[in-house]
Amino acid sequence: MPLLAVRDLSVTIGPVQPLDRLSFTIDRGEILAVVGESGSGKSLTAMAVMGLLPLIGGKASATELSFAGQDLRSLRDRDWRALRGRRMALITQNPMTSLDPIIPVGRQIDQVSILHLGFDAPRARARSIELMEQLRIPEASAVHGQYPHQLSGGMKQRIVIAMALAADPELIVADEPTTALDVTIQAQIIQIMVEAARARGLALMLITHDMGVVAQAADRVAVLYAGRLVEADRVGPIFGQPRHPYTRDLIACIPREGQAPGTLRGIPGSVPGVFNYPAGCRFHPRCREAQGLCAAEVPPLRQEGPRAVACHFPNGAAHG
Amino acid sequence: MLDYILRRLLFLVPVFFAVSFIIFMIIHLVPGDPIDHILQVGSTAEQRAAFTARYGLDKPLLAQYGIWLTKLAAGDLGEAIILRQPVTDLILQNLPHSLTLGSLALVFSTFVGIAAGAIAALNRNGWTDRSVMTVILFGSTVPSFWLGLLLILLFAVQLEWLPVSGARSAASLVLPVLTVGLGGVALIARVTRAAMLDIARRDFILMLHAKGLSPWRIHLRHVLRHAMLPVVTILGLRIGWILGGAVTIEYVFARPGLGSLLITSLGQRDYPVVQGCLLMLAIAVMLGTLLGDIVQAAMDPRIREGAR
Repeated sequence: MPLLAVRDLSVTIGPVQPLDRLSFTIDRGEILAVVGESGSGKSLTAMAVMGLLPLIGGKASATELSFAGQDLRSLRDRDWRALRGRRMALITQNPMTSLDPIIPVGRQIDQVSILHLGFDAPRARARSIELMEQLRIPEASAVHGQYPHQLSGGMKQRIVIAMALAADPELIVADEPTTALDVTIQAQIIQIMVEAARARGLALMLITHDMGVVAQAADRVAVLYAGRLVEADRVGPIFGQPRHPYTRDLIACIPREGQAPGTLRGIPGSVPGVFNYPAGCRFHPRCREAQGLCAAEVPPLRQEGPRAVACHFPNGAAHG
Repeated sequence: MLDYILRRLLFLVPVFFAVSFIIFMIIHLVPGDPIDHILQVGSTAEQRAAFTARYGLDKPLLAQYGIWLTKLAAGDLGEAIILRQPVTDLILQNLPHSLTLGSLALVFSTFVGIAAGAIAALNRNGWTDRSVMTVILFGSTVPSFWLGLLLILLFAVQLEWLPVSGARSAASLVLPVLTVGLGGVALIARVTRAAMLDIARRDFILMLHAKGLSPWRIHLRHVLRHAMLPVVTILGLRIGWILGGAVTIEYVFARPGLGSLLITSLGQRDYPVVQGCLLMLAIAVMLGTLLGDIVQAAMDPRIREGAR
């Protein structure tokens, strides 16, 4: 049984539906990367899994949404609170804004073990400092009493990670955890996070737009485009034989060693906004292989073994 | 922290001198002078000159300012020309009345304002929010002297629960405090509500939800705490109002106070009294702002270190 099972998850915010029938699973100890450009619905997926959609005025519907066998759809607020922070934790995109600016960072970590594990203040502090040291924060006990504005972005994100780990959760949802950081420390933070997840055997849902991060860290990938799942499989096969043209384009965007100057590729156009999703396959206006059918009919998500792909003309062989 | 307070205090020194200069000069911009009120009809130019010289009003303005400042350093605000008493005595007689009314009104508007704003924010767009905000809108647009008259009509004349005017009993404070306080309630409630709604949308509040804290705890312990930062600024500014903000209300309720003293003296061009009263008000505003800044710095480490 997977730890997290999501089937046909749709999210509506007012009149729009930015996420359309998304399905995926995460096993215990597994790292799933959810990939897509901004506007593809990645963050909403995170919010839906954490049960935080009502805060931003969103509503989720799904044929299945379960965590460790527990149906999340009918969960009451109080049960959600027993889950959030305790068994599933969130790491947000921007560590600059996700810490309370007027409370010492250590106290913000302590808060989690005090709330969920019933620790008293000294014990919570000891645990937080231990976690901070594991995440390679130098002089952890001094940093414990410092305020967010006194720390660098990388340090702040480590604090957020420590906060997520504080109650020993089973699942961590990391929403673009390095996007707001300097390029120089992005890889380091991903590495620290993946190490922490592997060492504890906890599952990680890693939301990113960076295929490099996917290759570095994930076991499996789900590729989102404009609110729909377009392709999903294990990392190796996806990179070896991407079948959806969008996945191929994403992979082609990764800069390679020895690449000739001026040949770095991008995908022409941009992700359409929720108000003007094209009919048919939502990628077809940007797809170099689009045909008449693509504009007319939505390609169904076809499952072929471990691979799921939603394309009328999936063509792995043409990749070169 | 101490460092921060010292810096702020030091900053007040030039402000004090600038303000005292303006206060001293501004009354001279008004046509007429106190001698007009002393002289009897038909007095000669010699008599006028004698009076003018007696009160030192014949000297150049800058010289008068210098004399005033020198006396001020010794705590002497001069002698009232019309009221013929030391200005310090006049202020000390009136100050307690203003302080009682002002501080009670401030306490009232702080607690009721914060509570009303928080209740409105927590029930955003619900009927509680709408009714609270309607009352607030009413409170912030109705002129306070008119509100005062209405309250007198209802509670003093119709119901006869409270005295119409005066300052003889504690009961006579109720209506003035309500009248002065309601304007403050409206202001503080609006700031509290807006700040809470703004803070509630921040990422770190989302993070608290993600950590599994209950909405009550998030709103009362975290959102409200942040929302108090702008409220403290407003409160600091309103401390200055404690002394002089109730001028019209003192008139409506026929209460003594710094405001009434100021208005009376202004009409008579009693320069020393006007200058003394204005100086008291200016000092109250400066100290109030300073206090607000200090409290804010105590609440927010970024301000303490000048990081913002």
